[in-house]
Amino acid sequence: MREMDLSRERTSVLRRLGSIDWGFTLSVCFAAAVGFVLLYSAAGGEFFPWAAAQMGRFGVALAVMIVTAAIPPRLWYRLAYWMWGLSVLLLLAAEFRGVEGGGAERWIALGPLRLQPSEVMKIALVVALAHYFHTVRFENVRRIRTLLLPLFLLLVPAALVLKQPDLGTTVILIAVAGVIFFLAGVRWWKFALVGAAAAAAVPLIWTYGLQAYQKQRLLTFLDPSSDPLGAGFHITQAKIALGSGGVFGKGFLNGTQIHLNFVPEMHTDFILAVLAEEFGLAGALGLMAIYGLILYHLLAAALRAKTQFGRLVVSGIAFTFFLYAFINLAMVLGLLPVVGVPLPLVSYGGTSMLTLMFGFGLAMSAAQGGESADEPLTEE
Amino acid sequence: MPISENVDQSRKFTRRLVLLMGVKGLALAGLTARMYQLQVSDSERYTTLAEENRINTRLLLPLRGRIFDRHGRPVAIDEEDYRVVMVAEKTGNVQQALDRLAGIVELSPEQRQRVLREVRRRRRFLPVTIATGLTWEEVARMEVNAPDLPGVLTERGYTRVYPYGEEVAHLVGYVGPVTDREQKEDPDRLLKIPEFRIGKQGVERTYDRRLRGRGGTQRVEINASGRVQRELGRKEGTPGDAVHMTIDMALQQKALALIRPHRAGSVVVMDIHTGDVLVMASTPGYDPNLFIHGLRAKTWRALQTNPLGPLLNKAVSGQYAPGSTFKMAVALAGLESGAIDTRTRFDCPGVFQLGRAKFHCWKKGGHGSVAMHDAIKQSCDVYFYELALRLGIDRIAETARKLGIGVPTGIDLPAEKQGVMPTRAWKRSYFREKRNKAWFRGETAIAGIGQGYVLATPLQLAVMAARLANGGYAVAPRLVADRPPGNRTAYRRAQDGFRRLGFNAANLERIGEAMSAVTNEAGGTAFWTRIAEAGMEMAGKTGTSQVRRITAAERARGIVKNEDLPWHRRDHALFVAHAPLDDPRFACSVIVEHGGGGSRIAAPVAREILLETQRRYGSVAERAGLELDFALRTAGSGRPDGIR
Repeated sequence: MREMDLSRERTSVLRRLGSIDWGFTLSVCFAAAVGFVLLYSAAGGEFFPWAAAQMGRFGVALAVMIVTAAIPPRLWYRLAYWMWGLSVLLLLAAEFRGVEGGGAERWIALGPLRLQPSEVMKIALVVALAHYFHTVRFENVRRIRTLLLPLFLLLVPAALVLKQPDLGTTVILIAVAGVIFFLAGVRWWKFALVGAAAAAAVPLIWTYGLQAYQKQRLLTFLDPSSDPLGAGFHITQAKIALGSGGVFGKGFLNGTQIHLNFVPEMHTDFILAVLAEEFGLAGALGLMAIYGLILYHLLAAALRAKTQFGRLVVSGIAFTFFLYAFINLAMVLGLLPVVGVPLPLVSYGGTSMLTLMFGFGLAMSAAQGGESADEPLTEE
Repeated sequence: MPISENVDQSRKFTRRLVLLMGVKGLALAGLTARMYQLQVSDSERYTTLAEENRINTRLLLPLRGRIFDRHGRPVAIDEEDYRVVMVAEKTGNVQQALDRLAGIVELSPEQRQRVLREVRRRRRFLPVTIATGLTWEEVARMEVNAPDLPGVLTERGYTRVYPYGEEVAHLVGYVGPVTDREQKEDPDRLLKIPEFRIGKQGVERTYDRRLRGRGGTQRVEINASGRVQRELGRKEGTPGDAVHMTIDMALQQKALALIRPHRAGSVVVMDIHTGDVLVMASTPGYDPNLFIHGLRAKTWRALQTNPLGPLLNKAVSGQYAPGSTFKMAVALAGLESGAIDTRTRFDCPGVFQLGRAKFHCWKKGGHGSVAMHDAIKQSCDVYFYELALRLGIDRIAETARKLGIGVPTGIDLPAEKQGVMPTRAWKRSYFREKRNKAWFRGETAIAGIGQGYVLATPLQLAVMAARLANGGYAVAPRLVADRPPGNRTAYRRAQDGFRRLGFNAANLERIGEAMSAVTNEAGGTAFWTRIAEAGMEMAGKTGTSQVRRITAAERARGIVKNEDLPWHRRDHALFVAHAPLDDPRFACSVIVEHGGGGSRIAAPVAREILLETQRRYGSVAERAGLELDFALRTAGSGRPDGIR
């Protein structure tokens, strides 16, 4: 019986490799390629230090995605809570032994790797919640009692991340969880209730929940000119970079704001400024089109999925990806405060790319779960 | 799991997912709208902002105009020199670098303080000048020590140099760093360049705008920290215009050589027709070059506290009682007003009694009965007491002011003093206390011999001599010619350029004859210093102005001889003159501070300098030819070599 299982596994992995969504994979590669070009430019027309490293990382991440996609969803389904538990442990470890980097984010060093547990948590939370709602009978979703465990799954990591403190990731975790609750069928009025409670809590959070620099960021966001050489400098200079790019941009390697260092963090969070200054509105819309393509593929996969687990994983990952992109774009465009969220697949950075690609792999794997009778997620 | 439930779940999921996609689509549409706003609607504004960020227009320092004497000898030039600059960013430890530098170039504590201040104030990649005017030896030592001095460089630059140094200091002045006040008063952007030097004194100051030139511009691209990335364009500035002074440096040197042995004094020689000042010497002087590389506090204090006033241009800033040199003005006032004629005589018994006051003549026994000619020739004081009282102070003042006493000459130098020509009205407004406001007859009497309130600058005395000699035209002195010597028009007489003062020509002639008698007739007060060379004779007037009051008691004991007095209480020696007798061309005034008698001390200086002037310039008749010759010569030889 065990032997048979193994051989069945092997054939299914091979079959799955063949049925990988190559259109989706190509879209992801496009987005990453845009990143390479921009990082090359941000370094003043050099592959080093960013573009080359980013290419290497993307190669690894791509392999991770394909392998993850090829693994049967059953395994991910089984590992869901373990992944969540491991992520919580990593968050705790980061809390006590973490290394602070870039002001707000916490890393832990695993040998040569620097791991950002909050990134991993975003994926783990999606999978854990999807697992949970898969197991809940549909008519029970409306019961409040049913929501206690998923709320626990959300609030533990959210509290840990908030304590780091990383307001941006906390908001993302809550938003992603909220979307999964919503797609799983939780009733409207409950969202309304939570929303009202959150609104009521804003003054409390402002007073007790936020660090001074976080308040400063929010205030600066509301009025960037109040601090033109401090925190407002980022926003103002990024806007100038974008605005001066015009419709078609200043041309590859010709961005003055970028190459004269007026835009800070131009290879990470503010990389959109490079794109928009050198390639203009056309370039920015081009990237948004690629993102649209990725979202379209994920939507199609979500609709194709046969299990609740698959649907929720795919749409959860898709929403995480969307949220990354939206928050970053809105931030650079001056619509949101500076929160330190990278532009997905494009910004320079290892952990976020790796976790996102892992998430994509999970989505591709989960989307196929339950396609045939011989691949049930659970033994009935 | 029942199928129906699964279907419900799936349907609900699909419905809600589509709804979610709609929300995402709206959000992305919002972002697109914002992009459109930034990159299309407001693009122009942001493009401007980006350019302003990146492009910095810097002013380039123009070369300062050169200053020449009337023969094209350079008096002030910009010379290339070597200087040490420091880029703090590359130096690291600035203190330590300065310590090392101190062993290589001369560094005063003041310089060190200034460097440290500037390093703190300016961005660390901008060079700060440490020392200028390095000698070759210092440059060589700098090069040898370069490896130990990171960020310290020798650079070439321009420095103002005054080749004649002290000899022309009072005229040309000097340049210096711009003060905050100067920057506030002058909107010229050049003043904002740290290396810019502004005229502080002399012609450098009065003609600063002309000498300054216009700055060029350099457009550079800078990065976010302000560091220059590359030059985008450059527009060279216009060097300042040259200024041609009327001074003849050779004559100036001669005059200084004559006056220097006398501690303190001044000599002015001017052309009575054109107003060109050929000589304006004031001694002691100072070296303007000292001010260029930053004066040491000690040197500055020494210059300022020196009782001989080396910083002062005595020719325009020194005010002296004109003494007997004022007598021509009083005599002319008498003739013009009809109060006297040339035959009118006054008796001089050696003392003049006015009420209970006694006014003495310099000659103890008196001159007896004298008319105007002999009164000037022998400088009889009693004659002028009598004449002054007959005229009254206001009539004397009217004529004296026409001759330039107590009126600014308008010379193109800063810090000109205007002297004092008192009148009743002047005294009323000048004194605050009522008992001092009334004018006394005794004051008129001593004003008649150029004492009392009357004060004149040496330049005013030269102007007076010139106006008496040129037929009564209001010639005004000038230090700078309107055109360079090569282009100068034919010699113009005073009547072609200046208004008439309204004096009777015959009266002026009588005064001239009397002045001639002073030097050329036996018995004249300066007869022994006459010029014997035919055609170059001079006419003049001695003056000895008292700086102390001689009491009746001292007079009874016998007046203390000047030589026996402390220097600062001795009389000033004065002499005014014109030459040649026949169709005069040059007027001259000489003052030797506390020198003693005008005839003995001042007259010989005037004699020598007028002789030398005439030897160089000949007579008016020859002048037209000479001028042409001179013009050809300068045009042919071109500008002096080795400058710029």
